Amino acid sequence: METAVTKTGTEDKIWGGGNKPLKVSYGKMMMWFFILSDALTFSGFLASYGFSRFKFIDSWPIADEVFNHFPFLHGVDAPMYYVALMTFILIFSSVTMVLAVDAGHHMKKKKVIFYMFLTIIGGAIFVGSQAWEWKNFIKGEYGAVETKGGQILQFVDGEGHRVGLKDIAVVNTHKDRAQHERKNGIWFKKEAALPTYTIEEIRKGFEKRKDLLIRTQTLTEKGQKTILSRTESLKRMQADAIGIVEGANLVHNEYGTPLFANFFFFITGFHGFHVFSGVVINIIIFINVILGTYERRKNYEMVEKVGLYWHFVDLVWVFVFTFFYLV
Amino acid sequence: MAHDTAHHESNIGRIWKVFILLSVVTIVEVILGIIKPAFLVETTLISMKLLNWIFIILTIYKAYYITWSFMHMEGETKGLRRSVVWTGVFLICYLVFILLTEGDYIYEVFRNGYVAWDF
Repeated sequence: METAVTKTGTEDKIWGGGNKPLKVSYGKMMMWFFILSDALTFSGFLASYGFSRFKFIDSWPIADEVFNHFPFLHGVDAPMYYVALMTFILIFSSVTMVLAVDAGHHMKKKKVIFYMFLTIIGGAIFVGSQAWEWKNFIKGEYGAVETKGGQILQFVDGEGHRVGLKDIAVVNTHKDRAQHERKNGIWFKKEAALPTYTIEEIRKGFEKRKDLLIRTQTLTEKGQKTILSRTESLKRMQADAIGIVEGANLVHNEYGTPLFANFFFFITGFHGFHVFSGVVINIIIFINVILGTYERRKNYEMVEKVGLYWHFVDLVWVFVFTFFYLV
Repeated sequence: MAHDTAHHESNIGRIWKVFILLSVVTIVEVILGIIKPAFLVETTLISMKLLNWIFIILTIYKAYYITWSFMHMEGETKGLRRSVVWTGVFLICYLVFILLTEGDYIYEVFRNGYVAWDF
């Protein structure tokens, strides 16, 4: 410091506040450390996903077969295209966010409003897409049979194409099994929804269609699912199969081990919750920008801070995308 | 104020460059994921497919650009950069290492443990 500068008597009081350690404002620094701790939470989830995956390294579901839907393209096998599109939308909303921050540095209110609007739209589309992914995942596509030991058996025809339960079942029209509803029971207990087909119907249909084979969870050397011979398949259907599974929830999962569904719901859900809260925070700041709060404050640092959070959401998605859909 | 608005240069050009870079990397990842070139799948390096290593390295590459450019980490002081990045990187590496090692061990137990799982 130059000698000519008058001392105010507060320079040495480091703990008295008012100065900026690391040359960054309090809010921004705290945002960084919040992001750090949140990153550790996410890496905890992803690392435990890796743990489970290594545990079932030779029977983990193949992501390409699970996430192969694209809007308006029914029955078309489109592995990963939709997630790739979602990734683009999120990266692009990150770009508009950084453009809004940049406009904020130059005090251009109109531009900040425009870019933040685009960011919010991008975030909303992303959350919507994730909901659609969940819907497809929960609903399932082909259905499968579960064994006593909790293994999943799927059906393929002679050429290795998947066959759905609805094409196999020989439906028994004289079913007298009614769902037990709450109003009928003396203890007001109800049972879960009955599956569309019973295991007997599937067994019968499987025996009738001679081309059908069973595909187990186990992966071959080449990373494909093992397909059993016809006699093996019949044996497993007779001895082990105890029920049918359609779609996925936290307990049963037609794609393979339930852990896959659990981690999918948990990690993408937690990330989706971050995107959702990011959109909400962005909307709040967006309204503030329109009201001119930051114009009066003479700086747009608040936009920068929510921007950090928004980029972090994008950063996490890059990893989730890799570990859930690619690896 | 953290930034003096008068001295803040616009870097819109760089933002778009980074966007194009991130997009290209993502497209490469998706193409590799769909084609799954045989030689990348069959070669393994430290008990993982080469293809998966490529995915992970490309992901870290993208993460670097998001943090450094979009989150403007390159403009922060060395102290802030290190206290955030080094802490995170160290703890994540440690966590991933112990959990994956343990997962691999449990896989071996499942396989060689004289207990039937597939029934």
